[in-house]
Amino acid sequence: MTAITATTAPSIPVARCLGRLLVGQSTKFESNRATCEPQWVKWTILGIALTFFVVFVFLPLVAVFVEALRKGTDVYWQSLVEPDALSAIKLTLIAAGISLPLNLVFGVAAAWAIAKFEFRGKQVLTTLIDLPFSVSPVIVGLTYVLVFGANGWFGEWLIEHDIKIIFAVPGIVLATIFVTFPFVARELIPLMQAQGREEEEAAVVLGARGWQTFWYVTLPNIKWGLLYGVILCNARAMGEFGAVSVVSGHIRGMTNTLPLHVEILYNEYNFAAAFAVASLLALLAFVTLVIKTIAESRVKHQLSDNT
Amino acid sequence: MALSRSYSVLPGFGLSLGYTLVYLSVIVLIPLSAVFIFTAQLTWAEFWQTVTAPRVVASYKLSFGASLGAAAINGFFGLMLAWVLVRYSFPGKRIVDALVDLPFALPTAVAGISLTAIYAQNGWLGQYIQGALGIKVAFAPLGVLVALVFIGLPFVVRTVQPILEDMETELEEAAASLGARRWQTFVFVVLPVLWPALLTGFALAFARAVGEYGSVIFIAGNIPMVSEITPLMIITKLEQYDYTGATAIASVMLVVSFLLLLVINGLQVWAGKRTGRDR
Repeated sequence: MTAITATTAPSIPVARCLGRLLVGQSTKFESNRATCEPQWVKWTILGIALTFFVVFVFLPLVAVFVEALRKGTDVYWQSLVEPDALSAIKLTLIAAGISLPLNLVFGVAAAWAIAKFEFRGKQVLTTLIDLPFSVSPVIVGLTYVLVFGANGWFGEWLIEHDIKIIFAVPGIVLATIFVTFPFVARELIPLMQAQGREEEEAAVVLGARGWQTFWYVTLPNIKWGLLYGVILCNARAMGEFGAVSVVSGHIRGMTNTLPLHVEILYNEYNFAAAFAVASLLALLAFVTLVIKTIAESRVKHQLSDNT
Repeated sequence: MALSRSYSVLPGFGLSLGYTLVYLSVIVLIPLSAVFIFTAQLTWAEFWQTVTAPRVVASYKLSFGASLGAAAINGFFGLMLAWVLVRYSFPGKRIVDALVDLPFALPTAVAGISLTAIYAQNGWLGQYIQGALGIKVAFAPLGVLVALVFIGLPFVVRTVQPILEDMETELEEAAASLGARRWQTFVFVVLPVLWPALLTGFALAFARAVGEYGSVIFIAGNIPMVSEITPLMIITKLEQYDYTGATAIASVMLVVSFLLLLVINGLQVWAGKRTGRDR
């Protein structure tokens, strides 16, 4: 008897955990007769919604991995370790590595100004920060060509001083910074607004310096929101295609990021290799979603703790 | 801007706002202004000729038509998906909830080649759709629509979902106790609360779809006059070193983007007032 409970006991919480992860608790609407639909309506809606989800979201994700492994693991592995792929990975890491910290610092500064102070034109500023989201990536690339390209504003000066920005790494980095510009700020502004400024004011009144207030009071409050913004920023930075495509010049092994490398392989009808490299990016997306889900629940938790 | 701020004991206002404004100008505003400054070098006739060339007009029709269609499809199915995620429990719910954001996280080029593999003539679904129904999806305007549906889905789900979560059961209970049928409750009680969020999600999905490039070019086939989107026209002009032509088309798209941004802002303010939420 005791032996049985000893072996089954640990598996019950595991099973319950797994069950909650998979099914979730029954919602408050389902247990209330006024807010639930007849069974057949419920199952029809559920069926249609989930079919739509599977066809439009789940299938494309699965297809990447199946197509990547179609010619076997050898071809898969070879496509990832060939020199052009490796240099694409390197350039992608460089572009994300530069744009991430810059947009992080900007995001914190912008959120501090907007959430903790009142000033005229705040709404305009918030709208302007969102601007890169509504500009087509192709236009982002074009703007930098107009500014730094051979016929652009600084074109002559750059040629005279032998500095290459367009069709070179700096252009790729600039385009990446532009498209990932709002991510951190967008996440932090509503979060810091919801948290108010009482805690910081208390710290300052008690004699804390500005940086101390930020490190010991603000940062612990916003760390999950910060992580959330950074992880989305990173996913976009590594996956950006349109903007980078315009300024890159597509020089193999030199100015190709991972998404551009996927495009070149695909246009050469080297589908297995294209999907193999694409699967790396899909994996990145998957990891991003996992971290994002965790960070999101922590942010919710923290907000409900504070109020 | 900073003139009328009310006094605060917190430090760092000048530094943080100053840095924000400088960085915003250098990275976003000055490069974007280049588009309009370069366009201004064209005469009105040249500009008009470029932006109303038949191939360009065909691309507007496709870009805006497919974006509207995709946003409408997402409005319908996105609402359904948000409803299912908030109201029902089913196996795999948490996973579905997390994966709804996949189109945000998956690089557009990856989405493009994957959707092409699914909808091409010999693809996973394409072979059945073309075989049974005789409809060509990939390398046709319909492929553009499919890619834009994929890209826009999370915008609708993620704007509607929080509003649904915040809804209390009392309103629906009152409706039910007063004798309303379930569909009446949905149409006259639930839907009016959801409208602002649904429209916002629709507008966001539309705005994103109009500018989308990466996922579309793989599946569209890019046949002139048939399946070329407007961002592709900008690329085509650039590849021909026709910078002024590219800039002229870009300025048209930018003006549309700004207008959409204004509409979305207005919708969000309206939604905030209607539901008592900030943003």
